[in-house]
Amino acid sequence: MSIDELAPKCGEWLKGSGPESDIVISSRIRLARNLADFPFIRKCSDTDRIEIENTLHKAVAKIDSWQERVEYVDVSDLSELDRQFLMERQLISREHSEGSGARSVAIDSSEQFSLMINEEDHLRIQVMQSGFDLHTSYDFIDQIDNLIEQNVNFAFHARLGYLTACPTNVGTGMRVSVMLHLPALVMTREIDRVLRSMTKINLAVRGLYGEGSQAMGDFYQISNQVTLGRSERDLIDQISEVVPVIIEYERNARAFLKQESRNELNDKVKRALGILNSAESISSEETMHLLSSVRMGVNLGILDNVQIPTINKLFIHTQPAHLQKLHGMELSSADRNAARAQHLRRSLQN
Amino acid sequence: MQVNTMKCQHCEKPATFHITELTGNTPEELHLCEEHARMYLMQADQPEEPVPTIAGALAQHLKISQTAEELSSLDQESCPVCGITFYEFRHVGRLGCPHDYVHFEQELEPLIVNVHGSTAHVGKKPEQGSTDTDARTELIQLRKQMQDAIAKEDYEKASEMRDRINKINNE
Ligand SMILES: [Zn+2]
Ligand SMILES: [Zn+2]
Repeated sequence: MSIDELAPKCGEWLKGSGPESDIVISSRIRLARNLADFPFIRKCSDTDRIEIENTLHKAVAKIDSWQERVEYVDVSDLSELDRQFLMERQLISREHSEGSGARSVAIDSSEQFSLMINEEDHLRIQVMQSGFDLHTSYDFIDQIDNLIEQNVNFAFHARLGYLTACPTNVGTGMRVSVMLHLPALVMTREIDRVLRSMTKINLAVRGLYGEGSQAMGDFYQISNQVTLGRSERDLIDQISEVVPVIIEYERNARAFLKQESRNELNDKVKRALGILNSAESISSEETMHLLSSVRMGVNLGILDNVQIPTINKLFIHTQPAHLQKLHGMELSSADRNAARAQHLRRSLQN
Repeated sequence: MQVNTMKCQHCEKPATFHITELTGNTPEELHLCEEHARMYLMQADQPEEPVPTIAGALAQHLKISQTAEELSSLDQESCPVCGITFYEFRHVGRLGCPHDYVHFEQELEPLIVNVHGSTAHVGKKPEQGSTDTDARTELIQLRKQMQDAIAKEDYEKASEMRDRINKINNE
């Protein structure tokens, strides 16, 4: 499996299935771990970084059931385009992509998990899933953590738990994020009120950003801020209780729009599909906004000739690095806009 | 002259933060209330992590609880294992090694309480030996001494260090 083979595919977490997947795009859990006998990344020598990589590679290689499943990519050896590609695909983080020195990622062939080595911490285990089922995701990541831990010593403090380079991650080292699609709450202008209530209960909310850090509107990520003093299951229970409340708000807003402004809603959705179907040149931001409307339209039964997995895939495949990989060459911004429009027309017309 | 009558771009509160965004092609002026400024900065900073300004939060905390002299002597304090100074940590927001949690325990505590509202882990423990791994930081020091010896071409000392590392690893 090379990066070029990865490009036309799409990860399990984008297949648009799983509980509540009309509103929850994906759920992700990440664990931060460090080897006890090495300094944290900031104080690592080049030799240390290479030794950390070797130690973790060896530990992973001992896991028999993964022999066929896991592939290493040496991130320090990749072109900028390939690094951006892996970032768009959410297999590595921005920090990992833009960092320096020896670093790599182990990728599961179905993209259900990835292991970032020498990111902010020595090891970041990440599990991704379509829809909303955090308990299943946690069972999975817990098992991965146990398998690796059989072969290494993770830095652990009797009182503080797992030790991390940044004290904001200490304890469980766990960050749970749920990506939500909330177009109706944005249209009814209730979104701010709903999101403000999240920060009061110690959950972080952020918008999804595209090229040039402009907000892409209708996508919001909810994640835990606290990692110490509550167990992993507790943290997951908290998010598992809060997210359904937001889902309920979004469903109500959609029902309200369908009843009170049916014509406007139909118009917005059908225009969006019309533009995506016929544009000759289109930016990444405009694509996101229009795909968001189309996605809501499909979920509300306004459109029936488009499938959710197709749209989910387009969200990723129309991003700059994916577009260039699919096209087989680097493209200027103007050429990308033309290639994006062509890709959209082809994908939506058949 | 008008004083601060501008409203936040996202709500009715007065705009007390004026941010010039320089990442795009042309500079963009943003006028935000404190709450929206915080949301904006959190989003713009690091797309991955929800608490990006830990060093800032810490600096703020220290400002109210320490005098300038106390802070400057604290800043010079360094970890015997990795050598990071507290000043360096305050500025980059990242620690240098696991032992920093032991060495700077008191200094880190208010910050940890601030972020997590707690001082003790109650979750998962490593299956094999749920005890402290601090003793293993000796390996960090030995490895550093070995690397220094190699750099100085003192191969005798380097191999001595290598033996000691292997001995600890095989215990
Ligand atoms: Zn405001
Ligand atoms: Zn240290």
